Amino acid sequence: MTADVTGDIAPGSWNPKRDRAKMVQIIVKIIFGAFAAISIFTTIGILGTLIFETIAFFQEVSIIRFLTETRWTPLFASKQFGIFVLISATVMIAVISVLVALPLGLLSAVCLSEYATPRVRKILKPILEILAGVPTVVYGYFALLTVTPFLQTFLPNLQGFNALSAGLVLGVMITPLVASLSEDALYSVPRSLKDGAYALGATKRETVVSVILPAAVSGIVSSLILAISRAVGETMIVTLAAGANPTLGFNPFVPVMTMTAFIVQITAGDAPHGTTAYKTLFAVGMTLFLMTFALNIFSFWFVRRFREKYD
Amino acid sequence: MASPTPSSSISAVAESKSIALKAEKVSVYYGSNLAVKDVYLDIPEHEIVAFIGPSGCGKSTILRCFNRMNDLIPIAKVEGRILFDGEEISGKRVDPVELRRRVGMVFQKPNPFPKSIYDNITFGAKINGYQGDYDELVERSLRGAALWDEVKDKLKESGLGLSGGQQQRLCIARAIAIEPEVILMDEPCSALDPISTIKVEELMHDLKSKYTIVIVTHNMQQASRVSDRTAFFNAIATDKGGKMGYLVEYDKTEAIFSNPKEEYTRDYVSGRFG
Repeated sequence: MTADVTGDIAPGSWNPKRDRAKMVQIIVKIIFGAFAAISIFTTIGILGTLIFETIAFFQEVSIIRFLTETRWTPLFASKQFGIFVLISATVMIAVISVLVALPLGLLSAVCLSEYATPRVRKILKPILEILAGVPTVVYGYFALLTVTPFLQTFLPNLQGFNALSAGLVLGVMITPLVASLSEDALYSVPRSLKDGAYALGATKRETVVSVILPAAVSGIVSSLILAISRAVGETMIVTLAAGANPTLGFNPFVPVMTMTAFIVQITAGDAPHGTTAYKTLFAVGMTLFLMTFALNIFSFWFVRRFREKYD
Repeated sequence: MASPTPSSSISAVAESKSIALKAEKVSVYYGSNLAVKDVYLDIPEHEIVAFIGPSGCGKSTILRCFNRMNDLIPIAKVEGRILFDGEEISGKRVDPVELRRRVGMVFQKPNPFPKSIYDNITFGAKINGYQGDYDELVERSLRGAALWDEVKDKLKESGLGLSGGQQQRLCIARAIAIEPEVILMDEPCSALDPISTIKVEELMHDLKSKYTIVIVTHNMQQASRVSDRTAFFNAIATDKGGKMGYLVEYDKTEAIFSNPKEEYTRDYVSGRFG
């Protein structure tokens, strides 16, 4: 039967009508391309504005003054533009936060991926994720109104606004990020590698410390760098808890002003458009961008350099 | 098809050889599924014993009982008695970490650590508190695994940079570096090319004088080439839709391949199924 039916039609005589499908294909390609282009142009636009206004700033204030002055007073009559005053605060708070987030995050990751029973894991993971969902303004108030008064009970010379509690709370905020990304890295260490260690008579701790952690180091470091970028760019906690007093140095007990806190101060309406103070905003923004950009480049390089390939 | 009686398998080692490993009525469950049932097996010292059989017959599962690797699978449960040098090694009182120092293992896929060749060898020795000279240990182990000449100039390079066959011999070197008494090999050549396979097989012959070797293999020619004794496992379908493995026959290798007692064994070794 079937042989009769197909026998009448010569092979290749049936031409499919695909013109419409081809046209839709082209239109879809254009639409998707347009959306991709929007995000690229936005990035270029932001970068362009940053660069343009930064150049304008450096025409008024020399880059030498920017890098060498020791005070940050762009709104005062005697203007000084020592960016390191802001950078020192930003770096100090980021370092404090990493000192909190690295042990907390990494140990939680090891606990979750290697030690926790499925039941414990089911309870712990959502709690970590809740921590990541707390709004930063709540963290800021927590640092200012709970952590600082608590710390003052045994650190009497701690001031009301200070880098210490901002850094500590910021560390708690970025812990879920470190924990979650590090856990992914630990989890992707192949089962066969762990078996190899156990088969040589290694205990769980020896396996974790000598085999799993080194094998996951590229993922752990990149999670950490992402967390540092986040800490450097974080605004609300430091604005609320660390104060607005540009101080050069690394004293965590006194009020300081980070780059982000300065940007908040200016954009809150202190400087009219076109003034030097206004342009300062962009110079600080540019510095911030360069710092996180450098971190991202380093992370990218590190992952490529140290990632182990298993087939 | 009933499981073989205890006497038929133990009779395979009738001579006065001392027994390194002994399985008595060993069954392994994964969750509620019975994966292997009632295995009786005696493995004499300084011999090579091959486990053959179709997929799902439980040969790897039984192998992993001898160094308690099944402990690492939360749902696995082992019943029965397993003896190593006459001592019971199953049960809570025996520390699997100490057992695994004495019963080494080589896996199906080469799994060197992402460390230097040197550190791959010294890893096991370090955690077990080796007091001797590490350079000497590395050379001795690599020579023992017939790898020394190929890697002696690049000991500081990553073990992952070696070819598959070299990686597998590195894993063997790593296993013998801690001086075990038994080496378990779980399809050690299935990921290797024929030339590397021959090298590993020759190596096994050399290692036999010092170690007892148990090898799981899918390759019947390999079993007949390397082993002194062969255990044939088979699988039957269970009511739950899974497979249950059992030991069909265990004898000297030439007997299994030329004059098997069981019909299933005859069909399998002649290539009629599996």
